[in-house]
Amino acid sequence: MSDDQKVNKGRRNLVIATCAAGGAAGVAAAVPFAASWMPSERAKAGGAAVVADISTLEPGQMMTVEWRSKPVWIIRRTKEMLEGVVRDNGKVSDPNSDVPMQPEYAKNEYRSIKPEVAVLVGICTHLGCSPQEKPASDKAEMGADWQGGFLCPCHGSKFDLAGRVYKGAPAPVNLEVPKYTYLSDTRILIGDDTKGA
Amino acid sequence: MAAAEKPPVSGTGSVALDGALTWVDQRFPLISTWKAHLAEYYAPKNFNFWYYFGSLAMLVLVIQIVTGIFLTMNYKPDASLAFASVEYIMREVPGGWIIRYMHSTGASAFFICVYLHMFRALLYGSHRKPRELIWIFGVLIYLSLMGEAFFGYLLPWGQMSYWGAQVIINLFSAIPFIGPDLSLWIRGDYVIADATLNRFFALHVIALPLVLLGLVMAHLLALHEVGSNNPDGIEISKHKDAKGVPLDGIAFHPYYTVKDILGVVVFLIVFAIIVFFAPEMGGYFIEANNFIPANPLQTPPHIAPVWYFTPYYSILRGVPPLFNSQFPGVVAMGVSVMILFALPWLDRGPVKSIRYRGPIFKSALAAFVVVFLILGYLGTEPITVWGQFGSWLGNADRATVVARICTVIYFLFFILMPWYTTLDKNKPEPDRVTYK
Repeated sequence: MSDDQKVNKGRRNLVIATCAAGGAAGVAAAVPFAASWMPSERAKAGGAAVVADISTLEPGQMMTVEWRSKPVWIIRRTKEMLEGVVRDNGKVSDPNSDVPMQPEYAKNEYRSIKPEVAVLVGICTHLGCSPQEKPASDKAEMGADWQGGFLCPCHGSKFDLAGRVYKGAPAPVNLEVPKYTYLSDTRILIGDDTKGA
Repeated sequence: MAAAEKPPVSGTGSVALDGALTWVDQRFPLISTWKAHLAEYYAPKNFNFWYYFGSLAMLVLVIQIVTGIFLTMNYKPDASLAFASVEYIMREVPGGWIIRYMHSTGASAFFICVYLHMFRALLYGSHRKPRELIWIFGVLIYLSLMGEAFFGYLLPWGQMSYWGAQVIINLFSAIPFIGPDLSLWIRGDYVIADATLNRFFALHVIALPLVLLGLVMAHLLALHEVGSNNPDGIEISKHKDAKGVPLDGIAFHPYYTVKDILGVVVFLIVFAIIVFFAPEMGGYFIEANNFIPANPLQTPPHIAPVWYFTPYYSILRGVPPLFNSQFPGVVAMGVSVMILFALPWLDRGPVKSIRYRGPIFKSALAAFVVVFLILGYLGTEPITVWGQFGSWLGNADRATVVARICTVIYFLFFILMPWYTTLDKNKPEPDRVTYK
């Protein structure tokens, strides 16, 4: 094509339309690739709710069950432990659990359905490490007024026995309370709160 | 046909070889490529020590590709088999241990070379006009390398692989609105799982190496288009002889290929010493916790990234949460890397090389290097490493306070650069390169 030849508008528009259509098809072709990164049906099934049997859990004891490969702590809190939670209301950043890190039915004084049984996801809300249990007897390490709770080994966030984060910690919010429901007095369904499940 | 007009190749001393090369050259731009990028690519004659690290980084890339290919022959990208397959490589595959240690040492060596190579650019203004695109391709190489290192570190499926990846992927959860879904999409499961390991393997061995090779090629093509900078930061193209060859330029081959081979020999000696005598480098190249299989239910007592990420990790950790969100820390960390892209435009100094810069730039660069090293050190340690201040400072962790101060200086180095580089009392640049 020589230089003095004028651009054929019709052909140019056809080229533009073809490029646009081809581009749209290219974007559409990316959809299955992006979708392939979403959890598969098998992964979703692996993330289903789990049942925990707490019949052997004594007062003051804690057990860990695995749900979606995350540790879920179940703690049967004693009367002293519950008093300790109330006593530390002034030291935690969100004493009334205003940030929705729990289902509605656990937005209460002890962040649980039954006051004595705490159900918490044991993953620090800072960067996802698993905090370690520090009983009230660990006053040497945790300070004289320690009521018992959890310490994150990564960046030092401290949590009380209701999973509430202490002020000054890098973790921004309280530990998550998963959806859960009592199937009976001793069996808890974790990960689902619809009774029929 | 243009090919037929090319003169036959001569001068190799062998008629058969001349003939073979002529046959190829008439079908492929062999001689012209050789001349354009090696035999007649003229580089300034005053390169110094700092100019080794570009070619060394390319050498390490080759080492990583070759050792990586051989590692995939025995590695199993499966959450239930990965850890054991790495131990199998280490203990039972003949030569497996040295291939794996070359690869793990190569990762750190890559970052050492790249950091020194980038520092060289800062020293002599190699990122300045007309080399902005070389710098941008270089920063993209650096970012790809960070991705490559991050994906690769998950593959041994040790405790540090797992929890390090957990911390980094959770950074994406902090992004408002889309965060939780985005991190679910990255993982492909509710936690880091087999799906995550498998896709990281694909990205580590196929996707990013291809991107890296493409970027390296673009980096070199852009360099050879505008020509190399030099320690004096002046253009050698200003003075050319009658044939158009820069008076201060020497052919890359043989002069700089020979120089670079010396660098390669010294580098390989050091590399071999590390591979044979200190492959874990006291926990800095391979962390002790990575010899324990990944366990989603138990976090190691101290999580730290590998040394080359720690300056940015310190920045992430140092920024306090805002409105119950750790997003500001994530943004600060992202910006601390991304700001490198703007460097060619932030620097307004009339001279390029540190040799002719005034005291303000020299002090700023020195301060930047010091805070980068302090941030890097603090990132490898828990925040309690230096104890706490007294109650007059709210019992704050000393390391956190220092990290915050260093973070501020890090950003000021860039943000104030347009201002202090113009204020500086520079020395006059020479007309020709200085060469002893």
